[in-house]
Amino acid sequence: MKILVCISDVPDTTTKIKFAGNKELDKAGIQWIINPWDELSLTRAIELKEAHPDKIENITVINVGTTASEPTIRKALAMGADNAIRVDSEPKEAYFVAAQLAEVIKSKQFDIVFTGLDSADYNGSTVGGMLAELLDMTSVSAVSGINIEDGKVIVSREIDGGTQKLDVQTPFIAVVQKGIAIDPRIPAMRGIMMARTKPLEVVAPANIDNLTEIVEYEMPQPKGKCRKFTEENVNELVDVLHKEAKLI
Amino acid sequence: MTVLVYTENREGKFKKATFELLSYAEELAKNINAEVVALSIGDVSPDELNKLGNYGAKKVVTVKNDKLALLDNKLYTAAIAEVVKKENAKIVILADNLSGRALAPRLSAKLKAGLVSGVVAVPNSYDPFVIKKKVFTGKAFANVKINSDIKVLTLSQNSFGIKEASGNAPQIEAYNVELAGESNAKLVSVDMITGKLLLTDAEIVVSGGRGMKGPENWTMIEELAELLGAATACSRPVSDEGWRPHGEHVGQTGKIIAPTLYIACGISGAIQHVGGISSSKVIVAINKDPDAPIFEVADYGVVGDFQKILPQFTQLIKDVKNS
Ligand SMILES: Cc1cc2nc3c(=O)[nH]c(=O)nc-3n(C[C@H](O)[C@H](O)[C@H](O)COP(=O)(O)OP(=O)(O)OC[C@H]3O[C@@H](n4cnc5c(N)ncnc54)[C@H](O)[C@@H]3O)c2cc1C
Ligand SMILES: Nc1ncnc2c1ncn2[C@@H]1O[C@H](COP(=O)(O)O)[C@@H](O)[C@H]1O
Repeated sequence: MKILVCISDVPDTTTKIKFAGNKELDKAGIQWIINPWDELSLTRAIELKEAHPDKIENITVINVGTTASEPTIRKALAMGADNAIRVDSEPKEAYFVAAQLAEVIKSKQFDIVFTGLDSADYNGSTVGGMLAELLDMTSVSAVSGINIEDGKVIVSREIDGGTQKLDVQTPFIAVVQKGIAIDPRIPAMRGIMMARTKPLEVVAPANIDNLTEIVEYEMPQPKGKCRKFTEENVNELVDVLHKEAKLI
Repeated sequence: MTVLVYTENREGKFKKATFELLSYAEELAKNINAEVVALSIGDVSPDELNKLGNYGAKKVVTVKNDKLALLDNKLYTAAIAEVVKKENAKIVILADNLSGRALAPRLSAKLKAGLVSGVVAVPNSYDPFVIKKKVFTGKAFANVKINSDIKVLTLSQNSFGIKEASGNAPQIEAYNVELAGESNAKLVSVDMITGKLLLTDAEIVVSGGRGMKGPENWTMIEELAELLGAATACSRPVSDEGWRPHGEHVGQTGKIIAPTLYIACGISGAIQHVGGISSSKVIVAINKDPDAPIFEVADYGVVGDFQKILPQFTQLIKDVKNS
């Protein structure tokens, strides 16, 4: 089996977001990381490969991005991916990204494709589903676990009000959420050394029209100041919640 | 013109989020002289379907098909796309929840219809079509323009509210969809949460963090939650430690919730935590550190030790409820 993990390159989750003139993200001082879901997907893919070396032959990571995302791709290689592909383009919007990924996947066959539930930048929750439809492939969303049992791929997913276990025929796309792996794999020194020599293929982007575009960014209205109470006047808070806010 | 709303049911019942979706669609439709059509997949009683009329649906299209017994994203998308075509819908609205997030992107790609997910308001303008959504885990908004003829939206929960419309019973129409192919997934087992208020459904959520010191102190959280008819939640380290089940973890890497009231006890308010709760209408924080970042997002706060505050708080609310 061949596994593909789609990785997006996003600002570290603690980043204070600023914009340059409301039109563009101010990238000064931002630390870029592998989107947390993708880091966990890759971790799980590596765990599966370690547990089933006879079944899983290869793990590829793919990113649609400029040279600026190469450090993030190298980190994925250091974690344990075998090779990487970068589609050389600014990831303008979800449909554009999904269509670029679809082009690459069409030319190379993968059995399981991982994408994250959402990325910490534009929070589309969209790339995985779009990609599946473009490839006319099965997609399983909100995947919280994946295992290989008796040669079958068993997937757990969250549904409204519970969880289901499914036996899913490959090829399919897993849109991954919490639970897929516990802690992300930390690259070891050896992995970091090896990552430098692992293949990173750069492919030219296909010609794709955007379906959407961001016109302008806005910062949220600052919250009114927090009204603070003490251990001695909790009764006043309860009064406010009851009479003013009418919440209790 | 029609605005099509995908109305999801849980065991034959619609949830509040569905009524909000319709209220939103009705407001949007009014602005462009369109009618709201609801699509319901599966078994729902006529009485329940009629409820959709109270929130703006003029018509309800029902689809039943054995192939839709299991949520298969591909088959569901094919079914919804059929109805979009039949109704000549120009705007399709789904909830920004598990199924909406699974189906909307597929539908978008299938129809070549631009998708904006997690919208928080009616469009700023219709021509060009520009609409506001949350980005960067709630730290900012983006106004996004959709270029295509058909548009797909998912609505962020609790961002619009429920508004009753003139309560005419909607026209109900059963529609047969032909679905090619079979699902590639077979159900092995199901584990439903029963007899418990779901975190994502709750109007009030009482949540505890590492400042609660240990699982033994959760009786205080549970007591307060029960009194308020609330669900319980926690920060990530709490579920990592195994003090609470994983399903309760809220935040960027857990559940994203938007209750009317969120009560945070012993939670510092790390940015990843706040990303999951910042859409709550009102936030109350209990924390002994007056400079804890949670107070920057809270509307009300009590500075002090939860051991002293929670029992009082619960007793005082009991008194209010009894008076
Ligand atoms: C990629 C990534 C993703 C993450 N995702 C999430 C996520 O989804 N959700 C999440 O919650 N976290 C997440 N985190 C972790 C997050 O950064 C914080 O570490 C975490 O939220 C802190 O949890 P806490 O507030 O319970 O604990 P702490 O930060 O330890 O805070 C405890 C608080 O309790 C207060 N306190 C202590 N004793 C008392 C007392 N007796 N009475 C009252 N108050 C008291 C303290 O003043 C303090 O403010 C993520 C981190 C990373 C790196
Ligand atoms: N530029 C990109 N390159 C590769 N994969 C991406 C890219 N953007 C998003 N993805 C994948 O899609 C997931 C969801 O992203 P999004 O739909 O943008 O919220 C991410 O977790 C990635 O797996």
